[in-house]
Amino acid sequence: MSDYTNYRTGDPVADAKAPSGPVAERWDTRRFEAKLVNPANRRKHTVIVVGTGLAGGSAGATLAEQGYHVVQFCFQDSPRRAHSVAAQGGINAAKNYRNDGDSVHRLFYDTVKGGDFRARESNVHRLAQISVEIIDQCVAQGVPFAREYGGLLDNRSFGGVQVSRTFYARGQTGQQLLLGAYQALSRQIAAGNVELHARTEMLDLIVVDGKARGIVARDLVTGKTDTYFADAVVLASGGYGNVFYLSTNAMNSNATAIWRAHRRGAWFANPCFTQIHPTCIPRTGDHQSKLTLMSESLRNDGRIWVPKAKGDDRPANRIPEDERDYYLERIYPAFGNLVPRDIASRAAKNVCDEGRGVGPGGQGVYLDFADAIARMGRRAVEEKYGNLFDMYARITAEDPYETPMRIYPAVHYTMGGLWVDYDLQTTIPGLFAIGEANFSDHGANRLGASALMQGLADGYFVLPSTINDYLARNPHTEEIDAGHPAVTEAVAETEDRLNLLLAVDGDRTPDSFHREIGELMWEFCGMARTEEGLRRALDRIPQIREEFWRRIKVPGKGEQFNQSLEKANRVVDYLELAELMCLDALHRAESCGGHFREESQTPDGEAARRDEEFSYAAAWEFSATGDAPVLHKEDLVFEYVHPTQRSYA
Amino acid sequence: MKLTLRVWRQQNAEAPGAMATYEVDGISQDMSFLEMLDTLNEELILSGDEPVAFDHDCREGICGACSLVINGDAHGPERTTTCQLHMRSFDDGDTIDIEPWRASAFPVVKDLVVDRSSFDRIIQAGGYISAPTGTAPDAHATPVPKPDADSAFEHAECIGCGACVAACPNGSAMLFTSAKVNHLGVLPQGAPERETRVLDMVATMDDEGFGGCTLTGECATACPKGIPLPSITAMNKEWLRATRKVHR
Repeated sequence: MSDYTNYRTGDPVADAKAPSGPVAERWDTRRFEAKLVNPANRRKHTVIVVGTGLAGGSAGATLAEQGYHVVQFCFQDSPRRAHSVAAQGGINAAKNYRNDGDSVHRLFYDTVKGGDFRARESNVHRLAQISVEIIDQCVAQGVPFAREYGGLLDNRSFGGVQVSRTFYARGQTGQQLLLGAYQALSRQIAAGNVELHARTEMLDLIVVDGKARGIVARDLVTGKTDTYFADAVVLASGGYGNVFYLSTNAMNSNATAIWRAHRRGAWFANPCFTQIHPTCIPRTGDHQSKLTLMSESLRNDGRIWVPKAKGDDRPANRIPEDERDYYLERIYPAFGNLVPRDIASRAAKNVCDEGRGVGPGGQGVYLDFADAIARMGRRAVEEKYGNLFDMYARITAEDPYETPMRIYPAVHYTMGGLWVDYDLQTTIPGLFAIGEANFSDHGANRLGASALMQGLADGYFVLPSTINDYLARNPHTEEIDAGHPAVTEAVAETEDRLNLLLAVDGDRTPDSFHREIGELMWEFCGMARTEEGLRRALDRIPQIREEFWRRIKVPGKGEQFNQSLEKANRVVDYLELAELMCLDALHRAESCGGHFREESQTPDGEAARRDEEFSYAAAWEFSATGDAPVLHKEDLVFEYVHPTQRSYA
Repeated sequence: MKLTLRVWRQQNAEAPGAMATYEVDGISQDMSFLEMLDTLNEELILSGDEPVAFDHDCREGICGACSLVINGDAHGPERTTTCQLHMRSFDDGDTIDIEPWRASAFPVVKDLVVDRSSFDRIIQAGGYISAPTGTAPDAHATPVPKPDADSAFEHAECIGCGACVAACPNGSAMLFTSAKVNHLGVLPQGAPERETRVLDMVATMDDEGFGGCTLTGECATACPKGIPLPSITAMNKEWLRATRKVHR
């Protein structure tokens, strides 16, 4: 077996296809240069869309409105349940309705800087431009955003910026935006323009003559695998945070669609860029199946602390004021409890590693509202945070008005994903990736309220423009033959894999392996990473993989509803993706955004970027399971926002 | 905690089903109800049995996937989704009955999993505002009075779980349908399609085999999102209004 870490550096990315010229004009330029498909010819083109979250739902609806024949897939029982539904806080848009100095350029600037200078300027500027149209579109669909008494839309501010540009629908913004896209999609389903396959999961990509021409998918009810053909395939299957087992992702969110596309030739960019959110409810024991986020708005009024002494197990209210360490206020006096997500998360880890964590297992810190209640009164705190306090009380059975909340960081979002060019096309012609599934807009760290913005920008506006150009240039007059070797090979590989999972009949459950790989990743590829730790993980992962194929136990049969088989098949892909994430983290010997390498920090312990060596996106090309991939670098050019070192002290 | 579970097992839509009894031990008060079922399933897999199939995804009360009748109540004894129900609501030694949603419009797929695609078809019949991408005026072009926006939001909170149907002795989907009719109907953007929306959605609801409404109120009691019972009367008014207007 070859040494996985002994990767080769291949050709750099030759062209990301962004037009030249002033950044503000590039999107118009690209749209004008794109070839179009005559409206009468569009119904002859079939586009497969995998996923029905904000990106997939909006893309499917919009492509169908344009006249394309859309075949859409979701593994959930209904498109309305995609995990975008769980986003709480809001969606950014440079409307400047507050007249507080916001602009497209400022949103562009904030996003590039928030991403710690690891995103592509052209894409981010387009995102900021489109942000204003998204709000218009959603209001027209009936999304019930929060409004003021004058009937106009309300805004609030969010972390990392100095303007109020976040639109919201109480704590359920994601749900309301998703229902807007779901309803638009439903209208197209009723009109016969979208053929929906719910409870159907993509298990492989079909590439014919170098172009993406279809997918292999399994009907989760009957268990039968089938093939679907198209002129282009769009992956909107979300992020891969569930590699870590415990995360704020939904239980069934998974990496299979993008990982299988990667294995078929789509490069995977910046896989190590993961966002760890500082304010989640800590785990209570080994039974824990997922983690629940508490909106970071709580940090506006809550004070974060741990006991000064190690192993102090007195209840919070018995620990006197002078024996408490308000560590964020101490270390970062200028920003205090409102430092960015990555800084707050790492600081919590550090105090817990010192043995000063609170709650079960010492994996938690206090978020204390006693001062806020004394200052504002309980009623004011209730009005501002009541629903969050109720949610906390329901999960923990503790009253946060009486005892401080306990919080701990958790995996939340993945900035990395399939590499895409300016058109959101992967390195496989005809394969597009949108939303969290691609790597394009957030660099090494995503700002709050920007995920919803990107998903809808990609789905409503970017992809429907750029995919025209591909379809116009690739009219595909011949049908795909189901007997084509590329098709039969993809089907056979999928069926062999499923049959093997069923045949091993070992003594360990799919969940036990998922938990094991997740714990390993959290330990060595989580909030802080070291060369030594990453090398240990890279040694261990092939061993887990080997053990998996020896000891996995999946009851039941393939051709039936079989949730264990679904899960085991997803774990197969986690066991490979985890290895690439560790390699990417190992090779990037700098700290940036959510990627913190302990070897690369400033004298006061902050993330130190190394722009001379690492100002690029790392796009990895798959070779074979366990074999070293090939690295392709896309150099990042900053013409408008000049890289600086962040400081919050 | 040590518990006795009596769980509905049914291999597929055609097969007959029956209650099966299992013992689980070492259940912590802090577990969610679904984590308790995870524990049972891990044991079943290792003993060579098929795990109990149930729908679940976000496990934070918003996706609407989870759907169990627990001791006769949709989503169990607390007013929340099953995924947010915790074992501290039960006592050591309890016997707990776990069944799927029971309604002819929600056929069982396997064990505790049911087919709720009838809900999707009700939405497809008119639960939207026709606003193709790119056609929208500026978001501030039409102010919406705050009470209307708040009312729209209150109805839009529906997560489509189906507890209302499961709780209703008639298996009626009136609360689900009325939530969407009232969400969109109260907004100025939704006004042009008001009549066709309510007529088409109600017709589809009937075609899908949901029962009629006798205003028992069980639906609103079971709803984890607190969609109010008067939502149904508002839809009835809306439907009558539309009937008259369309006939004119």
